[in-house]
Amino acid sequence: MADLPPPVQGPTAKEKKYDRQLRLWGATGQIALENSHILLINSGPGVVGVETLKNLVLPGIGNFTIQDSSIVSEADLGVNFFLEEEHLGGYRAEHTCNLLKELNPDVDGHVITEPLESWLPQEGALKPYTLIIATAPVQPELLAKLADHASAALIPLFYAHSVGFYSHFSIHLPPAYPIVDTHPSPETTQDLRLLRPWPELLQYAEAKTANIDSMSAEDHGHIPYVALLLHYLEEWKKDHNGKIPETYKEKTEFRSVVTQAARTNNPEGGEENFDEAVAAVLKSLNPPQPSSDVKEIFKATECVLVGEKSPSFWVIANAIGMFHQKHGVLPVPGAVPDMKARSVDYIELQNTYKSKARRDLAEVVENVRFLERNNKRQHPADEKDIEAFCKNAAHIKLVRGRPFHIVQLDASSKKVVTWGDRAKSIAQTLTLPDSLIPLYIAFLAWDEFTATHAKDGLGGAPQVPGEQDPESDAEKLTGIAFKMADDLIKEANAAIDEDEYATIKGQIRQFAQELVRAGGAELHNIGALTGGMVSQEVIKVITEQYVPVDNTCIFDGIKSKSMVIKV
Amino acid sequence: MAVNIESTDAGTDPLPRGRWKYLDKFITRPGAFTDPDAFEPGQAAIEGLERQKVLVIGAGGLGCEILKNLALSGFKDIHVIDMDTIDVSNLNRQFLFRASDVGSYKAEVAAKFVEKRVKGVKITPYCGKIQDKDEEYYMQFSMIVCGLDSIEARRWINATLVGMVDGENPDSMKPLVDGGTEGFKGQARVIFPTMTSCIECQLDMHAPRAAVPLCTLATIPRQPQHCIEWAHIIAWEEHRKDITLDTDDPEHITWLYQKALARAKEFNIEGVTYSMTQGVVKNIIPAIASTNAIVAASCCNEAFKIATNTNPFLGYPEQDNYMMYTGDESVYTYTFEHQKKDDCPVCGSGNIARPLQVNPNITLQDFIDGLAERPEAQLKYPAIRTGEKSLWMQLASLQEQLRPNLDKRMVDLVEEGEELTITDKSFPTQFKYKVVFSK
Repeated sequence: MADLPPPVQGPTAKEKKYDRQLRLWGATGQIALENSHILLINSGPGVVGVETLKNLVLPGIGNFTIQDSSIVSEADLGVNFFLEEEHLGGYRAEHTCNLLKELNPDVDGHVITEPLESWLPQEGALKPYTLIIATAPVQPELLAKLADHASAALIPLFYAHSVGFYSHFSIHLPPAYPIVDTHPSPETTQDLRLLRPWPELLQYAEAKTANIDSMSAEDHGHIPYVALLLHYLEEWKKDHNGKIPETYKEKTEFRSVVTQAARTNNPEGGEENFDEAVAAVLKSLNPPQPSSDVKEIFKATECVLVGEKSPSFWVIANAIGMFHQKHGVLPVPGAVPDMKARSVDYIELQNTYKSKARRDLAEVVENVRFLERNNKRQHPADEKDIEAFCKNAAHIKLVRGRPFHIVQLDASSKKVVTWGDRAKSIAQTLTLPDSLIPLYIAFLAWDEFTATHAKDGLGGAPQVPGEQDPESDAEKLTGIAFKMADDLIKEANAAIDEDEYATIKGQIRQFAQELVRAGGAELHNIGALTGGMVSQEVIKVITEQYVPVDNTCIFDGIKSKSMVIKV
Repeated sequence: MAVNIESTDAGTDPLPRGRWKYLDKFITRPGAFTDPDAFEPGQAAIEGLERQKVLVIGAGGLGCEILKNLALSGFKDIHVIDMDTIDVSNLNRQFLFRASDVGSYKAEVAAKFVEKRVKGVKITPYCGKIQDKDEEYYMQFSMIVCGLDSIEARRWINATLVGMVDGENPDSMKPLVDGGTEGFKGQARVIFPTMTSCIECQLDMHAPRAAVPLCTLATIPRQPQHCIEWAHIIAWEEHRKDITLDTDDPEHITWLYQKALARAKEFNIEGVTYSMTQGVVKNIIPAIASTNAIVAASCCNEAFKIATNTNPFLGYPEQDNYMMYTGDESVYTYTFEHQKKDDCPVCGSGNIARPLQVNPNITLQDFIDGLAERPEAQLKYPAIRTGEKSLWMQLASLQEQLRPNLDKRMVDLVEEGEELTITDKSFPTQFKYKVVFSK
C-alpha cells in the first residue's frame, strides 16, 4: 500500500482537443483566446479575412463577428472555401459565418450585413470587440475611424492587403504593449551568474570540488560543470590579482585551463562534464547586464511615474528597476540547464538557484507593496505576475504601438502619406537589395487609386486598379507610387544617387504592374498564407505571449520573401 | 514546370469560368516577371493547369490545407495518401475533420470533404503507406506535394523520385514540394530531383533531438523527462514486457506516468505531469492551424507557379529553393538556395563516399546507436559492410553470427580511410562513408 501512486487526473476533453496548442501557450493563453471577441471587416474577394478567422476559430477564440455586406457571387466560390453553390445570392457574411462555426462548437459567430459606411458611425458599434481586423479595400475615412477607436479603446487593429501574389499587413497596437512571456529560446535564457555568485553558490562549488585532484574517476567525472567553472574561476582570480577573465583572449585562455584540467587517461579519453564546462565558457562568462530593451522599460515615463491608476505591469517594472539599481543585476531567474551530474548534486544545485530566486522575488514583492502603499493603489499586484516578471525579466519586451499609414485624401493635406520620425530609416532601407519598401509603397498607391476611383464614376463601389483596363491603370498606379516615393525621399532629406533611384523606380513599376494584373483578385494561396500570418500575430497579441510584428509585414509570393518594418 | 501545349480541341469547356474569375486574371494576363517563352496567357494555360495530376502525401495538419489550396488553385485531379485515422487532438487544426469523424481514415474524409466543397475537383484517396506504391504509380503524377511529419517518409519518397529520373524521358522528373512545421516555425522547399538539392542533401537541416544516455536514465536522473523515459524504456520492459506499449491507450500512459512520478519522488525531482508524460512518450510536436496555413499555402503557391508558369517559382536551378519561416519572434523568413551536394548518397554524382568521423575506441554497438542520431546519417536499422566483410546485418538469422562484433571496438573492425557501405530497410538507397578516426 505504501507505494500506491496518487490517483491520476487524466486530461479533460478540452485539454485533449487543444493538446498541441496548449503546449505552446498554456492554459492562460487559452483563457485569453476564449475571452476574445474578434471583429472582421471583410472586403474585396475576402479570402485573407476568412482564412484568418479559420485559424482563430480552430484554436478556440470566444466570439467572432463578420461585417460584410456583399452578396455571394460565382467568383466567390472559386476562391473562398467557406461558401457553397447553394449560397449564391445570399449574404457572404452569413454563410461564411455558418461554415466557420462548424469548425469548432465552442466558438460563437455573428454577422453584420449592413454596409460599413452606415454601420460604423452608429453609437457604440465597435464596443463589443477586443480586436479588429480590416481587409482592403476600406475607404480611408472609415479606416481612420477604426484607427481612432483603436487608439481610444486601446484595442489592437489589423489591416491587411492580399492582392495577387503579394500581401501586406499592419498592426496598430496600444502605445505601451508589454509582453512578459516572450518565450525566448532556451539557449539565450541561461543566466547562471557565474561572475556574480552569491555565498551559497560559492559554498556549493567549494564543497563539490574539495580535493578535486585526489577524487576517484567516478566522482571527478560527475562534478556539475557550474561547480567546475566556479572553482577554476577562483583559481584564476588568485593568479590574476582577483580579476576575472574579461577579454576574449583571457576567456579563451581560461577555457584552455579548464580543458587541460580534464582527465584523459580513461577509456573515453575525456570527461563529459569538463566538455560541458569548456563549451559553456564563452556564453556563461558575461556580466549579467540587462538588455537595452529592458533598460528602456526602466526609463520609460510610465515606469518612472507609477501612480494610482498605472497598469500593474509598470508597478512591477518599477519595483524590478529598484532591485536593479540596488544590486546592479536583475533578479535571478532560477532555472538551471541539465548537465552531467549525480541526481543529488544536481537537485542541490537547482535548489541553490531556486532559493536565491525566491529571495530575490521576495525583495521585489516588497518593493511592489511599498509602491502600492505610496500610491494608494486599491488592488495589489498578483504575486504570480510578479514571479513571472522576475523569471523573464531579462527578456521582457515593450512594443510601442502606433497607427499605421492611412492615405490622406482631403484637400487640406498636401501629402497623401507622411513618414514622420520613420522617414530617414525607411528611406535608407528603400535602397537595400531585396527591400520590399517599394512594394509597400505600391500598396499605399493601390489604396489611393482605389479611394479615388469609383465603379460608376459617382462615388459608388470602389474600383480597384486593373479591373477594367490594366494598361492605363498600371500607368496611373505607377505614377501615384512614384510620387509617394519622391515624397518619402524628400521628407527624409535622403541623398539617393541616380542609379539607385532608377532601380527603385524600376522595382516600383514592376510591383505596380503585378498588382494591376490581379485586378483586385486574391489568389487563394496568398490569402491563406497571409491569413496564417495574421492569425499567428492575432494569437500572439491576444495571449500576450511571444513577440508580435512591429508593426508592418510585407510578403512577396513570387520570391517567397518577407520583410518587417516599423512605419 | 514549363507546360508546353498545342491547343487541343477548344470549345469543349463544360464548366463556366465564372467561378474562376479571379484565378483567370493570372492565367490570362502576363505579369512583370513572367517568362514569355514559358508562359502563354490564355486558354492553353488553363487547359495545362487542368490536365495536371498532383499527388498529395499526408492528409494531416498540412495535408488538409494543401488539398483545399490545390482545389482552389484550379487543379482538377488530385490524389492523396495517408495511413492514419483521425484522433481528437487533430481537431484544433485539421479543419476538414469533425468530432464525428474520429476513428475514420484521414485521406478518405479529407478527399470527400474537399470534393463536396469545391465542385469539379476529383480527389482520389489511398489509405495506406507510401511504401505500398511502386514507381509506376508515382510516374502518373506531374508533381508531388508533401505535408508529412516524418523524416523517414520524406527520405523514402525523395530517394524514390530521384531513382525514377531517366535522362531520356523528361516526364520522369517529378517536382517535389515539401513542407514541415513545428510550433510557430516551419519550412517550404522545392526539389527538382537530380537537378537541385534533394531532401537527403538537406538532411542535416533537420537534426534529431539527442537522446539521453541510458546510464543517466538508469542511475542518475535529473529532469522529469529522465524519469518518464526511464518508465518508458526500462520500467515497462521490466514489468509489462508481454504487453505491447500503445501510446494512444490512456491506461498505458497512466501507468507510465505513475511510474515516472514515483521515481521522480524518490530522487526529489519536480515537474512530472500527465501531459509531459504523453509528450515525451509520443514525441509530440506542438502544432497550430496558423503555421500549417502558412507553410501549406507557401507549398501550394510554388506548386501553382510550377504548374502554370504564371510567375517564377522556387527550385529553379541555381535559384532559391528553400524558405524558412520563424514566427515566434516577429516574423522572419529566410529564403535561400540550398546547394546540391556532390557526395549526396541519393542524388550525388556517383559513388563518392562521405567522410564519417568515428571514435576509434567505441564499440560497434555504440557506433550503431549513434547513427540514428547523427544529423548526417539518421539511420535506425543499419546493415553495415566494409569492402571485405559484413559487420552487422538486420536479418535475424545473420545477426547470431555477427553478434560478437557488437562488443568489438571500431578500431579493431575497420581501418582509417576504409569505405563503409550502410543500407537501411527504410530507404531504397545505399550510403557510402569513408572512415575518419577522430583524435
